[in-house]
Amino acid sequence: MRYLTARKRAEGKGAAHAGTEEHWYMTVSGVGLAFLIPAFLFIFGRAMGSSYEVVVETFSRPIPAIVTGLTLVVGLQHFIKGCKGMIEDYAGGSTRKILIIAVITISYFLMAAGIFALAKLVL
Amino acid sequence: MVQFTLPKNSKIRTGKTWPKPEGAKNVRKFQIYRWNPDDGENPRVDTYFVDMDACGPMVLDALIKIKNEIDPTLTFRRSCREGICGSCAMMIDGINTLACIYGLDEIKGDVKIYPLPHMPVVKDLIPDLTHFYAQHASIMPWLETKTNRPQKEWKQSIEDRKKLDGLYECVMCASCSAACPSYWWNSDRYLGPAALLHAYRWIVDSRDEATGERLDDLEDPFKLYRCHTIMNCAKTCPKGLNPAAAIAEIKRMMVNRIV
Repeated sequence: MRYLTARKRAEGKGAAHAGTEEHWYMTVSGVGLAFLIPAFLFIFGRAMGSSYEVVVETFSRPIPAIVTGLTLVVGLQHFIKGCKGMIEDYAGGSTRKILIIAVITISYFLMAAGIFALAKLVL
Repeated sequence: MVQFTLPKNSKIRTGKTWPKPEGAKNVRKFQIYRWNPDDGENPRVDTYFVDMDACGPMVLDALIKIKNEIDPTLTFRRSCREGICGSCAMMIDGINTLACIYGLDEIKGDVKIYPLPHMPVVKDLIPDLTHFYAQHASIMPWLETKTNRPQKEWKQSIEDRKKLDGLYECVMCASCSAACPSYWWNSDRYLGPAALLHAYRWIVDSRDEATGERLDDLEDPFKLYRCHTIMNCAKTCPKGLNPAAAIAEIKRMMVNRIV
């Protein structure tokens, strides 16, 4: 017999002494993305439909290249943490673990692919 | 973990319709959740008709009238009948609130009464609050001191006392926690708005000497950070409190410790 009381059930979870860094990162990156996303959409929107040479010329300039790179990295990092929170809310057990691993893998792949494409355009 | 459908043995069926009171002119229809663990049957919704000319103005008045005059098996908690004890919390017309301070005139149409959602039911309108109370106990809801000074009483300035306004009034009715989706899905680890509001009440108390330790105990991705500021807690609180603001203050204090 485990003699598990209601009090122990509530207290036994303990505190991970973590989570504040993630909360702070989400707050800061959220504010950053509020500026980055409109800037990226403006740059992307202006280049959309243009010829290959114009697109290469646009993303070869430092500001569009930096904004695009930052949007990719910060946006996908924010996406990973947000998705992780959502998955932790709605899924449990092995499903939770598999979904979190999938989100992280896909996001880092998108990040790498995006940075590679951007580097190819810029360099 | 999230559950989108009720288990088979929790599906609600239509229950008994009780006869209308004879000779009554001003009759109102009440649909009330019923479940008895002893009969092994699924929950049902019984229909009652109450003569409003012979009934008090609050939902609790009607429930007491039904229990006294129509169906003595109807089970619910009640005590103070003035919003102080928190016993009669239930879901009325889709809102978690206290039956004793919720006026029947605030409800349009039929009156639908269910127990607090996403909590195990003991019987009829009585939820099992064992885990909820245990979570409250886990946040050390008492003044924690280390020094033995002063020897007579722990005085507080008027300004410091004011910081407790909007916090100490909580009667632990569980309406807020039962309205919180994060608490629905992760109540085993997330403390919920009520326990966190009480945690902040002791954190912000100028006489308490364990603020750091209290924050240490709360710093956890589930215990505290499952709050996504949905604000259902503030919307439903029958005492007009704002647990979400208290939780935001705890988060702010957490950030101040590291930034």
